[in-house]
Amino acid sequence: MTIPSPSTGPSSSGDSLWSRIMAHDLTYLFFRSPLTVVAAILSVAIILAALLAPWLASMDPFDPAQVFLADANIPPVWQDGGDPRFVLGTDDQGRDLYSAILYGMRVSLVIGLSGVALAATIGITLGLVAGYLGGRVDAVIMRVADVQLTFPAILIALLVNGVVQALSKGTSRETWAFGVLILSIGLSFWVQYARTIRGSTLIEKNKDYIHAARLVGQPTPLILLRHLLPNVIGPVLVILTINLGLAIITEATLSFLGVGLPPTQPSLGTLISIGNKYLFSGDWWIVTFPGLTLAIFVLSINLIGDWLRDALNPRLQ
Amino acid sequence: MLAFIIRRILQSCMVLLTVALLAFTMFRFVGDPVAQIVSLDTPAEEVRKVRESLGLDDPVIVQMGRYLYKAVQLDFGISYQFRQPVIELLAERAPATLELALISSLLSLAIGIPMGVYTALRRDSVFARVFQSISLVGVSLPTFLIGILLIYLFAVTLGWLPSFGRGQVVTVSGRWSTGLLTASGLKALILPSITLGLYQMTLIMRLVRAEMLEVLRSDHIKFARARGLTTRAIHFRHALKSTLVPVITIAGLQLGSIIAFAVITETVFQWPGMGALFLKAVQNVDIPIMAAYLMIISALFVTINMVVDLLYAFVDPRLRATIKG
Amino acid sequence: MTSQSLTPPVLELRNLVVEFVTRHGTLRALDGISLSIAPGEVLGVVGESGAGKSLTGAAVIGLLEPPGRIASGEVLLAGQRIDHLPMEDLRHIRGKRIGTIFQDPLTSLDPLYRVGEQLIETIRTHLPVSEQEARARAIALLAEVGIPASEKRIDGYPHEFSGGMRQRVVIALALAAEPELIIADEPTTALDVSVQAQIIAVLKKLCRERGTAVMLITHDMGVIAETADRVAVMYAGRVIEIGPVRDVVKSPKHPYAKGLMGSIPALDERPERLLQIEGAMPRLTAIPQGCAFHPRCPHVMPRCHEARPVLEAVGAGQVACFLHEVGQ
Repeated sequence: MTIPSPSTGPSSSGDSLWSRIMAHDLTYLFFRSPLTVVAAILSVAIILAALLAPWLASMDPFDPAQVFLADANIPPVWQDGGDPRFVLGTDDQGRDLYSAILYGMRVSLVIGLSGVALAATIGITLGLVAGYLGGRVDAVIMRVADVQLTFPAILIALLVNGVVQALSKGTSRETWAFGVLILSIGLSFWVQYARTIRGSTLIEKNKDYIHAARLVGQPTPLILLRHLLPNVIGPVLVILTINLGLAIITEATLSFLGVGLPPTQPSLGTLISIGNKYLFSGDWWIVTFPGLTLAIFVLSINLIGDWLRDALNPRLQ
Repeated sequence: MLAFIIRRILQSCMVLLTVALLAFTMFRFVGDPVAQIVSLDTPAEEVRKVRESLGLDDPVIVQMGRYLYKAVQLDFGISYQFRQPVIELLAERAPATLELALISSLLSLAIGIPMGVYTALRRDSVFARVFQSISLVGVSLPTFLIGILLIYLFAVTLGWLPSFGRGQVVTVSGRWSTGLLTASGLKALILPSITLGLYQMTLIMRLVRAEMLEVLRSDHIKFARARGLTTRAIHFRHALKSTLVPVITIAGLQLGSIIAFAVITETVFQWPGMGALFLKAVQNVDIPIMAAYLMIISALFVTINMVVDLLYAFVDPRLRATIKG
Repeated sequence: MTSQSLTPPVLELRNLVVEFVTRHGTLRALDGISLSIAPGEVLGVVGESGAGKSLTGAAVIGLLEPPGRIASGEVLLAGQRIDHLPMEDLRHIRGKRIGTIFQDPLTSLDPLYRVGEQLIETIRTHLPVSEQEARARAIALLAEVGIPASEKRIDGYPHEFSGGMRQRVVIALALAAEPELIIADEPTTALDVSVQAQIIAVLKKLCRERGTAVMLITHDMGVIAETADRVAVMYAGRVIEIGPVRDVVKSPKHPYAKGLMGSIPALDERPERLLQIEGAMPRLTAIPQGCAFHPRCPHVMPRCHEARPVLEAVGAGQVACFLHEVGQ
């Protein structure tokens, strides 16, 4: 009782990502979903704002010379005691919240993107190797993945953080916090990529073009990268999108828990953490604005990811 | 059946052994076991003696065996910060975490499953769309932000519920301190368990929805329709049962991770549980606690997983057959 | 006794049109299907996959999957229209007056319930009997479809049955409420060749005993030749020839039916080569104007490009082809 879908004919069943995108009329579906369009616009706006932070911000919150403690805890401009210099108010160190959010978004984004990139690189490599070589290598990699999958990412990230902190006794947090966060995220999220890639590799490796490449005597790394990778990378797109949201949440959570970025390099999570301390005294703005920015950004990314997953799922067509 | 159980137990032991290896590596090489006993001004000669008495000069494999042997007896060493046996510290805080995790799990299942079923069956209704949107907001908001929001609303602004702590606790049978028996204890549980359960609830809802939609498209449901069964029988007798079989596994995993997720909630609500202790250990590089927490959590996971697997076998006759065979 | 001519057909389709509304426009999947099945008759419905055979069956029992819908035409069960009935009334017809058998017995049964539970729930949904009576009936049905030790096997789970045995269970389920009509959609396609004949034999025997009519959807001409009383040949959502099985199989009139029949090797003859139709059936998006078959037809005429031939009586059957127009 299946109806042949008019959009997927033999002409469009090619394996490359591009032809698959075209076959699914992604652009058409995109504009059919107004919520996704709004989410995309918001995401792009937030990313642009983060990139252009030095030009959009009224001050550099990282520069101690521009920050004065006397300006601490000033409410937003529309409240009593507001100061026109600080539209969204200031935090406990006198930093302009609007500027701090722009710079903080930048930090969150860089860490999130790098963490996801690291996770994808580790996961894709291990997945390809495990799927292609099989045997003992496969067994070891997948067993490690299974064990790790039982732990939530945040726990792995905390452990990595704790270990690095122990190993780097004496050095200041500023010097390594950035790298450790990226490493924590990378090591927490690789499993999903590895499993997905391994699954598709197991199917693809028995196809003729791989046999052919092997028969011609191409070296294994070349086969993996040139032939296998382009044909198994498709589903990773959705995971990447959804993971970016998760990575940014993880960074914010770690910073909130006090094991992420120090208050001198505030990310959104750090700002929320600072704001949380002043919530009871009624200084609501310090936690609200960074929290709202974080929530809107992650929600937008997740909306896009959700839509992408449905749009690329042939069964929902 | 017995062979299956034994195989599962062996697998679980392998997982635990891997984790223990990791914990040992942390304990021995990242941390400094001598630091548990000596202080900064202990003479070097004495430090050497302590090293010897701890067997730190033995082959690594011997040390590993010794660590495992002690761990099995729940001896995880002494905390750097508290100068107290790790197991005592954990045991003291376990009831707080377990009660919180239990209530959150029940909450997330009791609300998540019906919501998932509803959104799958009434896919195009207004409520289904609202639930779907709420669930997306639920997975997008970080747990700590939800906690802060709830505190601000119900503790700071409205003043209805406490913002921190467990309220009044009662000690049952000499060891277990419970907050479930007093009014203030129950009141204190509300906000933390919502915070902790919300994320799991949205996950379970989305999972049940996706699974149910899949099942509703399957051949045996089509055939059930062709047999003229009532919509009620098709949805709740056939589709729901098929949906819940795979959901059991994933829900089990999710509930396991609730215990670990408690780290965040416990910090936001200053809940005196194992998670807060673990976080303090990470902040203060208290390796023995970190290693012990890792092992205890993984032991809990493994147990939950095994129980879930066995449960699975009781629900799905196909699996029961392969287990017997 | 009522005279033969007064008894309405068990099933009659009049100009049935099924459409799918998609973002690329409305696709006409069934275009004016007219056919009827007399009480106790076996009507074979043949055609390539995608010709609309299964869709016809789904439309009859009101289980078209959205966005598919009946756009026009009528479905009559024993003389009464059922295509516009509310969902709940249609449900009472499904299983009770029209039984259904699907292609894949491995996936038709709910794996989580015992075979007996599924039979009993079907019986009790449609007949006012007690649990015990339903169980006795279920055991009898299983025995009838040829499941040995049925009073024991009734408590087995589907996975404990072989493919052939499961299809027998499915037949028992379809017959559970003594329907007037059974729609069997490729009932043997998923089975081993060795059990296909047995399943067809069981189906045929039980339906003959009960006087149940069968709409047998298949692409297996051998099954049709052996089982059906009449045959309808479908092409691109239309019936292009319908008639007694002997006529259609032995001397098909429509060029497409000729090609289709020509593709079965006969054991008693030794043809030089099997006939083959050039090209493939058009997709729903690109059904040609006029006669849908004209681009592949060896006897195509200019008017085939413009006008669409309708079913007209030729001999004992009906053919939709200008070659066989009255007066030609």
